[in-house]
Amino acid sequence: MATAPDVEALADPLEAFRVHAREWLAANFPPSLRGKDNAMSAVEGPTELSDEEAAWKHAMGEKGWGVPAWPKEYGGGGLSRAEVRVLHEEMARIGAWNPIGGMGVMMFGPTLLEYGTEEQKREHIPPIARGEIRWCQGYSEPGAGSDLASLQTFAEDAGDHYVVNGQKTWTSGGQWADKCFMLVRTDKTKKHEGITFLLVDMDAPGVEVKPIRLISGSSPFCETFFTDVKVPKANRVGEEGQGWTIGKRLLQHERTSLSGGGSSAGRFFAGTPLSELAKHYVGTDEGGRIADADLRMRIVRHEMDLRAFMATLRRAAMEAKAGQGPSATSSIMKNVGARITQERAELALEIMGMAGLGWEGEGFTPEELAQTRGWLFGKAVSIYGGSTEIQNNVIAKRILGMLDHQ
Amino acid sequence: MAVLTEEQTMLRDMAREWVDNEAPVTAFRRMRDAAPAERYDSGAWRAQAEMGWPGILVPEALGGVGMGYVSLGLVLEQLGRNLTASPLAATAAATSAILIGGSEAQQTEWLPRIAAGEVVATLAIDEEPRFAPDRITTEAAGGRVTGTKEFVAEGDGAALFVVATTDGLWLVPEGEGVTRSARQMVDSRSHAQVRFDGAAGERLAGSDELPTRVTDRAAAATCAEMLGMAEAAFEKTNEYLKTRVQFGQPLSTFQALQHRMAKQFTELELTRSVVEAALEAIEADRPDVPQAVSLAKAVAGETLHLISRETVQLHGGIGMTDEHDAGFYLKRARVLEAQWGNAAWHRERFARLNGY
Repeated sequence: MATAPDVEALADPLEAFRVHAREWLAANFPPSLRGKDNAMSAVEGPTELSDEEAAWKHAMGEKGWGVPAWPKEYGGGGLSRAEVRVLHEEMARIGAWNPIGGMGVMMFGPTLLEYGTEEQKREHIPPIARGEIRWCQGYSEPGAGSDLASLQTFAEDAGDHYVVNGQKTWTSGGQWADKCFMLVRTDKTKKHEGITFLLVDMDAPGVEVKPIRLISGSSPFCETFFTDVKVPKANRVGEEGQGWTIGKRLLQHERTSLSGGGSSAGRFFAGTPLSELAKHYVGTDEGGRIADADLRMRIVRHEMDLRAFMATLRRAAMEAKAGQGPSATSSIMKNVGARITQERAELALEIMGMAGLGWEGEGFTPEELAQTRGWLFGKAVSIYGGSTEIQNNVIAKRILGMLDHQ
Repeated sequence: MAVLTEEQTMLRDMAREWVDNEAPVTAFRRMRDAAPAERYDSGAWRAQAEMGWPGILVPEALGGVGMGYVSLGLVLEQLGRNLTASPLAATAAATSAILIGGSEAQQTEWLPRIAAGEVVATLAIDEEPRFAPDRITTEAAGGRVTGTKEFVAEGDGAALFVVATTDGLWLVPEGEGVTRSARQMVDSRSHAQVRFDGAAGERLAGSDELPTRVTDRAAAATCAEMLGMAEAAFEKTNEYLKTRVQFGQPLSTFQALQHRMAKQFTELELTRSVVEAALEAIEADRPDVPQAVSLAKAVAGETLHLISRETVQLHGGIGMTDEHDAGFYLKRARVLEAQWGNAAWHRERFARLNGY
């Protein structure tokens, strides 16, 4: 029920913003979409939007609130950190969710805002802010996974454009993407300094995409082949040879978003709580406790781990807000987020027994089948975006100052 | 490695050679893609029968080779190494039930055909997704069995079922009143739902302990397969780390990874000991079989869990692809962990048996 805004509250600009956000969300978020966010949408590819979903996405895109902290002149919301927090609170209050996401929002956009030319920002940022365009990431190659700087895809200088040849792999959503941000080699004599950051149209002649089938049965990743692909020099971000610096900055954004440390913290851990699941599948003792004592204690340990993780995410956000600079926690959080995600899936699977191991067909509920696939796909979270081992190296060397093996 | 007799050594070596040459993991992949109704390659099963494997537990007088549980374990371990889809473990578990509880007539009727590989047999115990042998509602009256069994291993191809009822174990052959529904599971093997609707059967003799004695033998057989899987998955990872180059050197030169491999190897050695000990306890029919089996199943469960996870993680992205074999080990591992009681279930029983 709408109440007259409190005059005193409106004197506080933040409260005035809260009232505005609340009214705008009430007018634009269809209550029927409450809680209908699909956490897997980023890896499952395009899905048919209902009229209501399309309208919600359009409204958020026009308002710029899908990327609320990005500058207004490029289609963002132009909100302060405090306003973004209020917006998230108001969205959570009514079960609203952000319909605009993907790699453009999580990784490429923030990087281009930092390193792109004015022209590049005007061209590429608004379509991302409106959720009109899909980006994919051309980083990994068959011989350059964890050792990313070994990449071999070569961009030859041809005057006003480059000619790109080579192969990328683990291109998430490559088969659905419109554009690709990629690292290429422009100098074979230097390792890190020979790398350049390019933007490529996925429908350019010579780009070929081949989906990779995963152990979960899905194919969200691709091998991408580049054969004499022409890329205008206007599509180079930063200077030639500066790609490693830009590319690494993008990886920080990736880690933050993959740990759940972005605006959507907690969405990976949504769903039925493990304790409820256990009471259903395992049963309870006379005291109403989960009947399997060993499993019960492991669920408790997991729950405590999850709460410690969420508390650390909150602390890092508050420290960043207080201007203490970016927290040193992104590598730690990527690892903890991966551990908790995988542990939750394995515990759920143990709780459900054989029912959590169904593949398809009769005899399993849709939730049970989703559990199996989610568990298998989740094995990737400790591998992609810099594996757990690579993050541990970052922690040991950059944070703890430990020395290389001699 | 247990101290083996000359016969056992020959059996193991023959099994290893056959599995490596005739049943590589690519054969499992072919079976998965072809998806035959019984979920194993019947030609390969005939070959196993010709080598006498379904008759390992069956006495010579009844057409078997009478070699016992340690020998059975040696063969199952080899099958586990390459994920060979074989009904041997299920058939052997059912064979145990007939050997312990079967009358002379029942043994004479079924064991020669089992030993010859003509009849695939299996246990039909569970009625829930989790192992719960104390919660059975299937009933038997007037020679008729009625109830529904879930996740019956090899239930799609089996011609003979050992069915747990509120009145002990019953032998029920396929036929009128027996309906099976396929269940497609993550390991691409057979785990059917089997409904018995007034199906004709015969009770197996034996005390109240018969069901436990039988499921303990089934669990020990599963442990042997798990041991072989853990061993092979570990070896594949070790080989991969020696060949995959990152940062200008093979991954196996990194100490952090070396220590993780050393840890897995250590757990693998402990597992071999307890799995072999359980099979030896069964073979000698010692009174501590329940303890030995719970110890083995809990340890094997944890070890295969660790190693199958590390197999995917240490192979990196390639381990996530369907094209690579790592996922097959991961998927089969979780099914065998859940089968006949997971590690938590067996730790709980171990605690009770020891009065903790």
